[in-house]
Amino acid sequence: MMQLFMQGNEAIAEGAIACGARFYAGYPITPSSEIAEVASRRLPQVGGVYLQMEDELASMAAIIGASLSGVKSFTATSGPGFSLMQENLGVAVMEEVPCVVVDVQRSGPSTGLATKPAQADLMQARWGRHGDQAVICLSPATVRECFDLTIEAFNLSERFRVPVILLADEIVAHMRENVELPDPSSIKVVDRKLPTCPPEEYLPFKPDPDGVPPLAYYGSEYIFHATSSMHGERGYSQNDPENAAKKIERLFSKLTRHMDEIVHFKRYYPGDEFDLLIITFGATTRPARAAAQRAKGEGIRAGVLQLITLWPFPEELVEKEARRASSVLVCELNLGQLVHEVKRAAGKDKVFGLHKANGEGFTPKEILSRIKEVAGSAQA
Amino acid sequence: MLPHLWCSGCGNGIVLSSLARALAELGLERNQVVVVTGIGCWGKADDYLSTNALHGTHGRALAFATGIKAANPKLCVIVLMGDGDGATIGGNHLIHAARRNIDLLAVVVNNHNYGMTGGQVSATTPAGAVTSTTAYGNPEREFDLCELVMAAGANYVARGTAYHVPQLDRLLREGIEKKGFSFVEVMSPCPTQYGRRNQLGGAVKMMEWLRDHAVPVKSFREKRDDLPPGSFPIGKLHEGDDPDFNTRYRDIQARAQKEGQV
Repeated sequence: MMQLFMQGNEAIAEGAIACGARFYAGYPITPSSEIAEVASRRLPQVGGVYLQMEDELASMAAIIGASLSGVKSFTATSGPGFSLMQENLGVAVMEEVPCVVVDVQRSGPSTGLATKPAQADLMQARWGRHGDQAVICLSPATVRECFDLTIEAFNLSERFRVPVILLADEIVAHMRENVELPDPSSIKVVDRKLPTCPPEEYLPFKPDPDGVPPLAYYGSEYIFHATSSMHGERGYSQNDPENAAKKIERLFSKLTRHMDEIVHFKRYYPGDEFDLLIITFGATTRPARAAAQRAKGEGIRAGVLQLITLWPFPEELVEKEARRASSVLVCELNLGQLVHEVKRAAGKDKVFGLHKANGEGFTPKEILSRIKEVAGSAQA
Repeated sequence: MLPHLWCSGCGNGIVLSSLARALAELGLERNQVVVVTGIGCWGKADDYLSTNALHGTHGRALAFATGIKAANPKLCVIVLMGDGDGATIGGNHLIHAARRNIDLLAVVVNNHNYGMTGGQVSATTPAGAVTSTTAYGNPEREFDLCELVMAAGANYVARGTAYHVPQLDRLLREGIEKKGFSFVEVMSPCPTQYGRRNQLGGAVKMMEWLRDHAVPVKSFREKRDDLPPGSFPIGKLHEGDDPDFNTRYRDIQARAQKEGQV
């Protein structure tokens, strides 16, 4: 165990290095820049490469190229840069290239309040690219989670050959906390599945029974062809409808078949019994927990469910947990993105929202005030 | 002869054969070569090669290739782009890849327009030329890609044509062998789109035009003022010996590792 007074962004960069990431390409943007700064100092120390590219389109492309060369790769950005990465993020989905994209969310739209927090890239993370595609998206609430979830993001990315988005926010990214980092030997690191067949038989997009094809790397004994256009198992263009449907459906099902491996969450339930369930993600979890504590003093039993995995959406979890409560309150720093997913899973009659999009975080007081309103309407 | 999707009279097949010969003559192992392609007619070339390949989004081939090469310096990386892909949408990546001096060969096949999307204007369409989006003539001026890349810092800059094939074989070979950013522009006919709209007389006439207007760089520099309009230099235009990105970065890693131990 190592005790450090550390910032969320620093923990993300250190988490990436701790699980073997050795390539970073990015373009500076507030409030993510410290990730690039730490990566630029630390990666060459461990034999890795830091590249500051000419823009975010190039950054996303470069990490895909590096990953296909066999090196765990990542980039970090914020909302406007994340928008520029979307097209090539689609390439990573289509070519099934493991990589991690950190989006430290800030207030928008557009350049908005560039240094202020928000949680309004939730739908951009899910649907930012054109076409039907699935990605994994995780969100940290503490500095220690920044470290742990970066590692988990790489592990899931390698496991499923899918880009993983770490959806942080300005609050957790710039917060400093005293953290205990795990002993490096205790960190679980997952590496991509390599092909084992003879090189002439290798099909880079032929799935194993788990839906995930093994991935060779450029320069190994295996030769392979990757294209962002619709392709068959050999990796060459193939445009028939049957193949297209099979491919696109597999991009979803290779994730949805394994939700037990993908869904992470934390419960903060007082005595395991509650009337009101607060659902949060990211740094909003913190004032929500404080508000739930204070609600006890008001005679309201409130529990907090922190969603760590946001995409694919953990419907079963939300449905099951919501069933135990008489009402559900979704707190998010946007005008209502998560609340619709929760309504879809839990039924819209009992789900309420608390939304804020003025560039400020929640206070426990304003969450408590909404808790009282929601509890009152549930009784009425 | 491969079955392929290029129009008759297109220069792409000639450039592809030239590249295949260059790879064969250099004796490169297929698994050590990565061909990265952009979007457009020439961007389909990877489908006809049995090396490693990465086909990505429009304009970004050099950015993908930069990641491949920076992560594994041993690979031979060859990037195939058209003028729309490599110099218009991808212009920023072109100058920065040259500035960075990343060790790869970039081959831009310049047919002066967007062939695959229907013959629209590109950054290399000559001023005044007619395309499907410049019906009254191109109001913009064209890039000289070799001058651009030279100014940006490439180690090797050459221009060839789809007519001067033995020379093209040599330029591509030299470009692959040269450490640092190598750039070969290949002037190539597009009779279906560009030639038709500008009444250049079909595939044979366009080849003859290349024959008559491409001038070896030495005589071009000597006789520039006496040459017919439209003449351009071919051959090796520039060669430098700056250290490539990976070489410089190895020094950075060594320094970081030394200071990191303190």
